[in-house]
Amino acid sequence: MKLDIQNISCGYAGKAIVQDLSFSISSGEILCILGPNGVGKTTLFKTILGFLSPLSGDMFWNGQRVQTWSSRQRALHFGYVPQSHIPPFPFQTIEVVSMGRTAHLGTFASPSRQDMEESYAALETLGIAHLAERVYTELSGGERQLVLVARALCQRPDLLVMDEPTSNLDFGNQFRVLQQVCALRDKGMAVIMTTHVPDQVFQCDAQVVFLYPGREFSYGPAEQVVTRETLRRAYALEVQIAQPMLDSGEEVRVCVPVSR
Amino acid sequence: MTWIRNNGIYAFFSRAALPSLALLLLFSLVASFSLGRYGLPVSSLGRALWEGVTGATSGDSIAQTVLFEIRLPRILAAVLTGGSMALAGASYQGMFKNPMVSPDILGASAGAGFGAALAILLSRTAAEIQIYAFLCGLGAVVLTMTIARSISRSESMTLVLVLTGMVVSTLFSSLISITKFVADPDNKLPAITFWLMGGLASVGKHDALLLLALSAAASLPLFLIRWKLNVLAFGDEEARALGIDVPHLRLLVILASTLLTAASVSLCGMVGWIGLVIPHMARLLVGPNFKTLLPASALLGATFLLWVDNAARCVFPVEIPLGILTSLVGAPFFLYLLMKGKKGWT
Repeated sequence: MKLDIQNISCGYAGKAIVQDLSFSISSGEILCILGPNGVGKTTLFKTILGFLSPLSGDMFWNGQRVQTWSSRQRALHFGYVPQSHIPPFPFQTIEVVSMGRTAHLGTFASPSRQDMEESYAALETLGIAHLAERVYTELSGGERQLVLVARALCQRPDLLVMDEPTSNLDFGNQFRVLQQVCALRDKGMAVIMTTHVPDQVFQCDAQVVFLYPGREFSYGPAEQVVTRETLRRAYALEVQIAQPMLDSGEEVRVCVPVSR
Repeated sequence: MTWIRNNGIYAFFSRAALPSLALLLLFSLVASFSLGRYGLPVSSLGRALWEGVTGATSGDSIAQTVLFEIRLPRILAAVLTGGSMALAGASYQGMFKNPMVSPDILGASAGAGFGAALAILLSRTAAEIQIYAFLCGLGAVVLTMTIARSISRSESMTLVLVLTGMVVSTLFSSLISITKFVADPDNKLPAITFWLMGGLASVGKHDALLLLALSAAASLPLFLIRWKLNVLAFGDEEARALGIDVPHLRLLVILASTLLTAASVSLCGMVGWIGLVIPHMARLLVGPNFKTLLPASALLGATFLLWVDNAARCVFPVEIPLGILTSLVGAPFFLYLLMKGKKGWT
């Protein structure tokens, strides 16, 4: 399965923030949207999710034109993992997860026993089944983020769109959430995520859409797209890409900003 | 492993609460029929009820008249108004993602109040006062929505709606003040003032039946889509991404809640607080899931207003306006809920 974005321009009220962008993503791939504040990362994924209409260009899912889909049709294919925020009411965690079943329910229905089982299974997949009966608003930020991933999972989408899934998380939870994202990819999920941490694109071995100021971008595998030059162009910063070796002998890439 | 709901915090209550609340309402209904200046003990109540239903007219015709012409309409109106306001309040709190919202947030109450005041100023009949109130209540909400739409079609719609609602409410409150200012201080001004304070004393059989029809028609869609209100509480974008047609669902909730509020206010006057307090109380009992919260709110609201109205007609030698009593009881009660705990709303 494949999402094809063709020459898309997006923005508000006719003013393009992202212009003429093309990329594609297939099952079993992670695509990271990288770029400094204000270049249109959020605008771009809001357009993919249908919160904004594209100003021009096309989006195809397996050849079907995505723009004409209803929100329900879209929800059957695309799952959205927002940045976790606290809702005004103290829902139980399992209730929050079961809301992922919305698109599969009839107009007047509420989740059946089977939907609840499926919600529970989604929690189990992420190893957080013990949270099922806890109050969602009382969970920690990392737990809430994983619960939202579980909610998107029981939506049974083919593509996950994640908005900075590791922001506001501590060091440990950042890594855990990222590991879960990679595990989902390995099971065949397509994942689009925005991030502010260039190291993550190497950790996930991702495809990258790197947005620069001035409505320009580059697109390709992480090693090609995230370099000293592109990082300087995006962040106006001197960044070295170090390649330390772990105890296991594996080489990793990390981005280290240096003062000029 | 499968998920079995056995030790959820709300599990026990959500199973036992709805039947208990229904029983409580039933008990309150029976009690309310016997309460009042004309004593109707439960035993003769049963007989009068039986004869009224079967059409047999052997016994106590005064009991019949009191029961069917006076008490039944009034009790029905109290139950329907209480239930409607609580239902509208709970739905709005979910849709506006804010536990501080009440059903008059979009201007329905203020609009209805102005309609009634205007009708009294123009010396209309009682039925016309209701029609004016109902139409102005609806009109105020339509005005709010039209202005809000012209300001924003984006994701900040709910905020714009609330702010516009405040503006429209204030506008209609000033119109009420103007109406009072120009009203004849000897008869019309007191009439307007009393109407605004709310009360069920003048409710007749036909009024109550009309209210029954309107509130049933408006409650039905809310009950059918009530689970989806949970999803709306997470915000418009998330709800959309989960597959909800947010604009249409929002329109449906606003229409149904406005109908409930306008119908209640045009019959009973400005009876405040129920729409704000009762959903909180229900949330403490059954948790925030609208699947049980909505019926629980309706049952609690009906029971609450029934007892407030019983107090209004029985406790003092002169009948106390209902709006005063609901505020007097509601305000401290709300404070108590706030102090009691965060469970209901944080």
